[in-house]
Amino acid sequence: MQGRIVGKVKRVNGPVLTASGITDAQMMELVHVSDLGIVGEIVKLREGEATIQVYEDATGIKPGDNIYGSGMSLSAELAPGLIGNIYDGIQRPLEELKKLSGDFIGKGIAASAVDHDKLWHFVPSVSVGDKLHKGSIIGSVQETERVVHRVMIPPTVEGELVVSSIVAEGDYRVRDELALVISDKGKKTSVSMLQYWPIRRPRPVADHADLREPLVTGLRVIDTLFPLSKGGTVAIPGGFGTGKTMTQHAIAQWCDADIIVYIGCGERGNEMTDVLREFPHLTDPRTGLSLMQRTILIANTSNMPVSAREASIYTGVTMAEYYRDMGYNVAIMADSTSRWAEALRELSGRMEEMPAEEGFPAYLPTRIAQFYERAGHMKTLGGGEGSVSIIGAVSPQGGDFSEPVTSHTKRFVRAFWGLDRALASARHYPAISWLESYSEYTDEVKDWWNGQSQNSWSANRQKIMELLQKEVRLQQIVKLVGPDALPDSQNFILEVCSLFKTAFLQQNAFDEIDRYCSIEKQTKMLSIILRYYELGLEAIQKGVPLVKIRRLQVVQDITKMRFSVSNDHVDDIDKLELKLERSMMQLGSIYEQ
Amino acid sequence: MNSDTLLKETDKSLLAGREYTGASRIDGPLVYMRHTHPVGYNELVEIVAPDGTIRSGQVLDTSDDAVCVQCFEGTDGLNLPDTKMHFLGEPLTLGVSEKMLGRVMNGLGKSRDGAEVPASEDERDVNGVPMNPTAREYPRDFIQTGISVIDGMMTLIQGQKLPIFSGNGMEHNQLAAQIVRQAKVRGGKSDFAIVFAAMGVKYDVAKYFIDSFEETGVLDNVAMFLSLADDPSLERTITPRTALTLAEHLAFDKGKQVLVIMTDMTNYCESLREISTQRGEIPSRKGYPGYLYSNLAEIYERSGKIQGKTGSTTQLPILTMPNDDISHPIPDLTGYITEGQIVFDRDMHGRGIYPPINCLPSLSRLMKDGIGEGMTRADHPHLSNQLFASYSHVQEVRNLASVIGEEELTELDHKYMEFGDFFEKKFVAQRFDEDRSIEETLDLGWQALSILPAEELQRVTDEEIEEHYKG
Repeated sequence: MQGRIVGKVKRVNGPVLTASGITDAQMMELVHVSDLGIVGEIVKLREGEATIQVYEDATGIKPGDNIYGSGMSLSAELAPGLIGNIYDGIQRPLEELKKLSGDFIGKGIAASAVDHDKLWHFVPSVSVGDKLHKGSIIGSVQETERVVHRVMIPPTVEGELVVSSIVAEGDYRVRDELALVISDKGKKTSVSMLQYWPIRRPRPVADHADLREPLVTGLRVIDTLFPLSKGGTVAIPGGFGTGKTMTQHAIAQWCDADIIVYIGCGERGNEMTDVLREFPHLTDPRTGLSLMQRTILIANTSNMPVSAREASIYTGVTMAEYYRDMGYNVAIMADSTSRWAEALRELSGRMEEMPAEEGFPAYLPTRIAQFYERAGHMKTLGGGEGSVSIIGAVSPQGGDFSEPVTSHTKRFVRAFWGLDRALASARHYPAISWLESYSEYTDEVKDWWNGQSQNSWSANRQKIMELLQKEVRLQQIVKLVGPDALPDSQNFILEVCSLFKTAFLQQNAFDEIDRYCSIEKQTKMLSIILRYYELGLEAIQKGVPLVKIRRLQVVQDITKMRFSVSNDHVDDIDKLELKLERSMMQLGSIYEQ
Repeated sequence: MNSDTLLKETDKSLLAGREYTGASRIDGPLVYMRHTHPVGYNELVEIVAPDGTIRSGQVLDTSDDAVCVQCFEGTDGLNLPDTKMHFLGEPLTLGVSEKMLGRVMNGLGKSRDGAEVPASEDERDVNGVPMNPTAREYPRDFIQTGISVIDGMMTLIQGQKLPIFSGNGMEHNQLAAQIVRQAKVRGGKSDFAIVFAAMGVKYDVAKYFIDSFEETGVLDNVAMFLSLADDPSLERTITPRTALTLAEHLAFDKGKQVLVIMTDMTNYCESLREISTQRGEIPSRKGYPGYLYSNLAEIYERSGKIQGKTGSTTQLPILTMPNDDISHPIPDLTGYITEGQIVFDRDMHGRGIYPPINCLPSLSRLMKDGIGEGMTRADHPHLSNQLFASYSHVQEVRNLASVIGEEELTELDHKYMEFGDFFEKKFVAQRFDEDRSIEETLDLGWQALSILPAEELQRVTDEEIEEHYKG
């Protein structure tokens, strides 16, 4: 067995062990327990005793078993080969595990995250004598057709650095030395493609940058009403069956990030299989390449050990930060952060810590904050800019948004897409509630959006939000006295809102055309609906009955435009607008006489 | 295998032979024993009671000082000085065999019907091991249950886990029995087997299932694991695991399409709570242990299909919602793990509708990939979508009618009321012995939609209206 012996098992209680006779083990050190080689991490140290959480099933561990130290913290392996791969919570590649232990995941098996024998074609971008510093890019590797992997000097190398040797362009393995750099203090460091980084520590950056650009998702309700910035954070809470996972999938498929890290944290095995099956066949609307070419998956299904579930979130965000440091915009989907919080609770309970709300440990809000704070639009050490956006699903118990995980998450995210059970029951997808959701990024992305929409976005968004608010009040009246009691002008507001919901807010994830909606199409769709409202109101003032307006053929056309107008032919909506104006004029002229 | 491991093997058998006498504490199902050799976590234990009977148990907590053992078969009759224990050096296993079909066993897989337990083909750890997500095959084969509301609106797929959320006194057992009787995969002969696990249900309920299986002539294809209401509560926590261990063997080694029925999951969770409280663990919601989610996931996730294998395990767990409350921790956590849910409605039950399934909160997550052209019928996806949307509007209209009176409704709203009634009484309701084909179901759905004016149908295409609409 590898490594030095740092202690012996004293007590086993599920995934938490107590060890005694601890010598020089460090906090958060990665250890292997017993000759089964079960991976664990030291989470507490006290007077020669340690508490260890293990990442695999603890069956068979006995008091007296040896604990072997590894000398390092639980770290992620960072090198070309991550993209397109699928990992468990502690970054073991599942495809490799399948080769080692078959269809079910065996115990004590290990495999490195990337293939150490694969040759990559490295193109250097620096030469001997160049002055560099930590985070500088020394060359690149074509990782997938879509992603150029930039090889960086690890952020742990301090001082002014000078390149003393660099290899020629050619094929190398990830562990081969590519360059040798010498610091101003005379320290030599060998640089390869491979870096390790402790998953619980954020990777350093030079500075924060502003969040001005939205993460375009192609989902109308998000982009138009509740946009998210690149580098922003958002929570998607919703009870079971409200479509959290579907929304996450849709964003992972169509958003304009360069890299996607999809963390299936304590979710269903079949769902991960669905992603694995579907993503390679889907093409990115911007590049025409397979979506797998920009995606890293972490599948820690709900029946895998709970400690690995706790770690999976950090593994994911560390990989995201690594690609951010190369200058990419990375989006993380974490589905679901509640499962991660529950893992914290379970482990905390096993360690017999004093619980706070609903059995969650008192440090829950701190951990949530630390996680979301790793998002951001950053100036990297290498001199570029990159971003990490975090989209975290929350599964509130009983669908109650006041429970601890949801309420604490709300404190640390700046956008909130609340899913509504009533909408989901009516199969209104995405079931994002327009009344409960908000985004604090609307101001920050205003300039970008207005630049894309001939300055109409802010004003139009404001108009439709007001209509939706009015609708709520009118609905209350309707519930009491029935729709006939309202004048046509108010009934028309209900009509327009209902049209807005079916024609704009709803989006069919399985329809070839509707599943992705370009910014231009969204802008035009919103403006034609508002135009319909203006013209309709005028017509009603002229005395046209509401029924007549409702029965216009053009209204049917507007309802179906999300399916009938493709992103390449958005001018069709302009034609529709002309048709609308003509029909309304005709109708008006009949009643004016 | 080197000499080192060989030595350990002999060590193990030597230690397994060692007997310890005298427990230090007995508390509910838990027995504590001090001064033992190092005992492994989850190890299987034989407990010899003072009267000589042998019971099995499992190590829950082990330290160099004391071992805590949970005794599956109850601790009554044990005393401190004379209780003996053997630690067997391996986790709880089940000897699996195809011959277990047609047999009745207890929660641990021991014979309950008097006959010998069949010789096992393999010993399996009942806790199972997680399936590698890359080895899974995404389930998409439609199972026709012959029940319109399930086939049409929340289609069951092979390899799915789809629980029934019921309440006390509703017909969940009848529905489960009907599904067992009628379930078939279309267009192919398939080798069905049923594994039935009963946790804490009354003898009559178990008897109902046995009789119903006998009547249909499927009894030879059913393996039953019964842990009835008067059996020790701890046995219940093992029952679903034993049942699923056999199910996995039948599916992935024998290539059978296995349907696992587990009733009642609420009792299972109650047992977990009982043990957790006895161990003095910190409770989370409503006194249930913090690991309830992980624990339920270990059960529910053991369903699915594996690439390159013909078999599948499909789970149909039944749970009664305490006080019909769907936000209670048990249905709530279950819903987060399973691939949808079939929800019973007290109000529909009161109106005499069988099966009393409210389709609005019900859902089948795997349905989207298992229906449509080539699987059920091309119009199925849009049709079910439209039925959901229209039926959901019916609820709004009914609410309105209860305030302003039915007479005040508009003509269109009257149509919706009519549609709602037809949908519940003709489409959802059916006889206990009525087996409808998917075509009949879909045609019935169109018949319901034909009550509404065509322009109200926004979720179906014009061509589909042309072909099926008869308004």
